[in-house]
Amino acid sequence: MSGKKENSMLEIHGLCASVEGTEILRGIDLEVKAGEVHAIMGPNGSGKSTLANVLAGREEYLVDAGTVQYNGIDLLELSAEERACEGIFLAFQYPVSIPGISNAYFLRSALNAIRRYREESEIDAVDFLELVRSRMDLVGMDEKLLHRSVNDGFSGGEKKRNEILQMAVLDPTLAILDETDSGLDIDALRIVAEGVNKLRKQERAIIVVTHYQRLLDYIVPDQVHVLSEGKIVRSGDKSLALELEKEGYSWLQADDARAGNNA
Amino acid sequence: MTEADELREFADREYEFGFVTDVESDSLPPGLDESTIHQISKRKGEPDWLLEYRLKAFRHWLTMEEPSWPKVERNTIDYQKIIYYSAPKPKKTLDSLDEVDPELLETFEKLGISLDEQKRLSGVAVDAVFDSVSVATTFSDKLAELGIIFGSFSEAVKEHPDLIRQYLGSVVPYTDNFFAALNAAVFSDGSFCYIPAGVRCPMELSTYFRINAAGTGQFERTLIIADDQSTVSYLEGCTAPMRDENQLHAAVVELVALEGATIKYSTVQNWYPGDADGVGGIYNFVTKRGLCKGKRSKISWTQVETGSAVTWKYPSCVLLGDESVGEFYSVALTNNMQQADTGTKMIHIGKSTSSTIISKGISAGRGQNTYRGLVDVKKGATDARNFSQCDSMLLGDRCGAHTFPYIEVRNPTAKVEHEATTSKIGEDQIFYCNQRGISTEDAVSMIVNGFCKEVFSELPMEFAVEAQKLLAVSLEGSVG
Repeated sequence: MSGKKENSMLEIHGLCASVEGTEILRGIDLEVKAGEVHAIMGPNGSGKSTLANVLAGREEYLVDAGTVQYNGIDLLELSAEERACEGIFLAFQYPVSIPGISNAYFLRSALNAIRRYREESEIDAVDFLELVRSRMDLVGMDEKLLHRSVNDGFSGGEKKRNEILQMAVLDPTLAILDETDSGLDIDALRIVAEGVNKLRKQERAIIVVTHYQRLLDYIVPDQVHVLSEGKIVRSGDKSLALELEKEGYSWLQADDARAGNNA
Repeated sequence: MTEADELREFADREYEFGFVTDVESDSLPPGLDESTIHQISKRKGEPDWLLEYRLKAFRHWLTMEEPSWPKVERNTIDYQKIIYYSAPKPKKTLDSLDEVDPELLETFEKLGISLDEQKRLSGVAVDAVFDSVSVATTFSDKLAELGIIFGSFSEAVKEHPDLIRQYLGSVVPYTDNFFAALNAAVFSDGSFCYIPAGVRCPMELSTYFRINAAGTGQFERTLIIADDQSTVSYLEGCTAPMRDENQLHAAVVELVALEGATIKYSTVQNWYPGDADGVGGIYNFVTKRGLCKGKRSKISWTQVETGSAVTWKYPSCVLLGDESVGEFYSVALTNNMQQADTGTKMIHIGKSTSSTIISKGISAGRGQNTYRGLVDVKKGATDARNFSQCDSMLLGDRCGAHTFPYIEVRNPTAKVEHEATTSKIGEDQIFYCNQRGISTEDAVSMIVNGFCKEVFSELPMEFAVEAQKLLAVSLEGSVG
């Protein structure tokens, strides 16, 4: 194994995936190292969310071809909960509500499921509360939300903050933020982004999936990838995002058309 | 192991309480006529008035027809093939718990019901009913110091005949329905409880019912009387062995709350549900009714129904006393081929009476779950209030949920509210939990428990924990 590979946390090669018979991902290649933040951008329907869900192990998304190595293991062999326990976290675009189950109970169950998987002792209610309180400050969340049912009746902003709180408590190795900026006003966006920035660290990689450049004003990525029709068509540094902001996604179609003509 | 294998393994999981205890029993031959009733009464050494009561009920039963309106499909019951009386043979006359047949004590130990008072720390007095008779009652001496009577129905007939005569059939007359008439004719044992005026019962009272013998029906009768300003919390649990035949359980429960009294009656019903193809299982046809006789009295039913092949019961409240309160909290779960048609009746007669109905139906496998309820506000029930909420949850797409709310209001000042929802456990919810490291089994159990929270919070602590576990076990393998 070469030195370069040892540093790679996530290696995706030729990944093709479909949903209900429709091909969405058409050969993704992507490498993410620990400590890096990658942004995946692209127009609606380009496959951004599909990529996030495939990495998280959602069953409705069928992997047709390709490989995904995560810290040296074959990620595609693992179930969704095993992936979570191995340190993969997906912040949902549309967090789901679970009536009757308190946010605190849910989060502690999740943390303990992960700890059991890692053969660590379970955390008790007192230690958990201390942990969760220390993390709530990161996202400026009201403690009242801990005792409400999971995402039940939460505002859009509260839901997204709650996702970041879960990320802060579960302490993942690879965090995938799926359109975390959607539905947020500028103040909420700033708070959520600041929370994420505080969670950046050397051992952790973050993939930010977003349609708009504005989130990247706050969460500054190391690399930006542009997805179009299920493929990464361009990669670059953060300036690529600014370019997109200026020109929109229309140039992608032009590029594709050219590629089509050349073929 | 593939998912299909896992599913199959869970589906094939044996009913935990399906064992049979090997005891010698004293049983009547199958069949029912007047001589059967004479023999039951004789064996129990009953007074003539009770025999007369049974015979009247039997003669009435003969004129009745088995009701066919519930939304259930089942085999016909041959009443001549049922054994109406079966009792474990006592080795000798019992003077204390120490002399109860060790086989029986062991059976109840296995069910998690310790009848050994020394070992019981939880402060629950238990009356253990095995087939047709009560085999032991714990803590009855301690309760007697407060004037509380708690023990088997048969004993109460002997020792407190006046109370029995006064109240037997006063809430559920034998003319009430087909199964109530049958029960009145052949009931064998059950629990009796009387709380004197002003006494707050210091411990939970509990009856544990166990069907053991093959081919028998269980027809127990429970009567609870709470005198003025008294309070009692009563729990009921039940299990039965696994058998291919359907066994009939047709109980009657009568509650009477006098002025200012409160009765809280909780049931965790886990009779054998039959196998995954619907073979065997208990037919649970029970009449439960409480009479809020006195002013400001209160009766609260909480039930968690996870067992039985067919459950068919409507624990009800007759709100006679002014300002009396009736409550019904129910969780009914049907998995595999189980069917439940359950709900309540709230009969508002007194002024300013109020009732609350919270029903949670969960259907999985090919289970069919029906809520059927009646809110009946009579002409004189000025300012009556009712709030009903009936929620159904579906797991998978082969099960069904049905709601039949009946509302009859004859007083213009009444306020009646009804809410109903049906939801499906979504793949979204399960994936969300999975993505946080929580397994699918745990996720389903968590989502269902959340759904039932309002009902579980009404159960006494110990029972609430048991109910949650039971629900998780009953649901295993229901979602792929």
